[in-house]
Amino acid sequence: MLGTAQYPSPAVLADAFRRSGAGVATVSVRREAGSGNAGQDFWALVQELGVDILPNTAGCHSVREAVTTAQMARELFDTRWLKLEVIGHADTLQPDPFGLIEATRVLIEDGFKVFPYCTEDLVLCGRLLDLGCEVLMPWAAPIGTGLGLNNEYGLRSLRAHFPDVAMVIDAGLGKPSHAASAMELGYDAVLLNTAVARAGDPAAMAEAFARAVEAGALAYSADPMDPRDMAAPSTPIVGKAIL
Amino acid sequence: MKIVVNGEPLEAFGKTLADLLDQVGHGSSKVATAVNETFVPADRRETHTLATGDRVEIVAPRQGG
Repeated sequence: MLGTAQYPSPAVLADAFRRSGAGVATVSVRREAGSGNAGQDFWALVQELGVDILPNTAGCHSVREAVTTAQMARELFDTRWLKLEVIGHADTLQPDPFGLIEATRVLIEDGFKVFPYCTEDLVLCGRLLDLGCEVLMPWAAPIGTGLGLNNEYGLRSLRAHFPDVAMVIDAGLGKPSHAASAMELGYDAVLLNTAVARAGDPAAMAEAFARAVEAGALAYSADPMDPRDMAAPSTPIVGKAIL
Repeated sequence: MKIVVNGEPLEAFGKTLADLLDQVGHGSSKVATAVNETFVPADRRETHTLATGDRVEIVAPRQGG
């Protein structure tokens, strides 16, 4: 999954999508200024990408704001999919778990397929699944930081507690190695934006992430060895010359 | 009728939300609307009557992460 914001140009955005292999593009709704056509031009570009559309409620801090934004997005993009963001803290942009639960309840009752942007909190994620979410989108780190997996233990635990739920690491990834690590934990996908769009060469970085995601997924399926504290020689001792 | 559209004051000449969209040049654009924080679907714009002081939001597709 790849976001559509912050690219230096529409052409670079399109190149990044082509080289990323992403199947889903995240988009938003914003005020259309005056009689301008920025929104219409952007929509034409997104349609040419040939990927599924996942609208978000980015920037919403209240349940009402998120619900109304979601309803407008559903009509604009003609999809029930929604990346639900209810932001709880202005500095960290971390989700408001209480607002997220309430908005999820309202929107699922209204027919949405909610992809909640959440933390790795087991209790929160359990409640979101109880409400009917089929996908979870826990953060790796605060949006746009590029810090990578801030709480690997928590993400590993979340994956282990809900092994059959589709999970996408959303937010905070900065380098392809972060994406590979997420996939090695057994996550199903990653959602990227800033790490690609703000790279010196976004298209090349998109491809680098694609390869990392593929490598991480393959490594997970190959069942990595367990780490250990003590060294163990890989070369056989038997037959070593006595000198 | 004085209303607020996307945060800016505006003198609306028509009666309905559809009239307003025509007035501001978005009658045939791909936009979604809300009035006083409540979503108004496209098929209700013709019948949604505006009132003085209404706060209208007109949004369009935009980049997002």
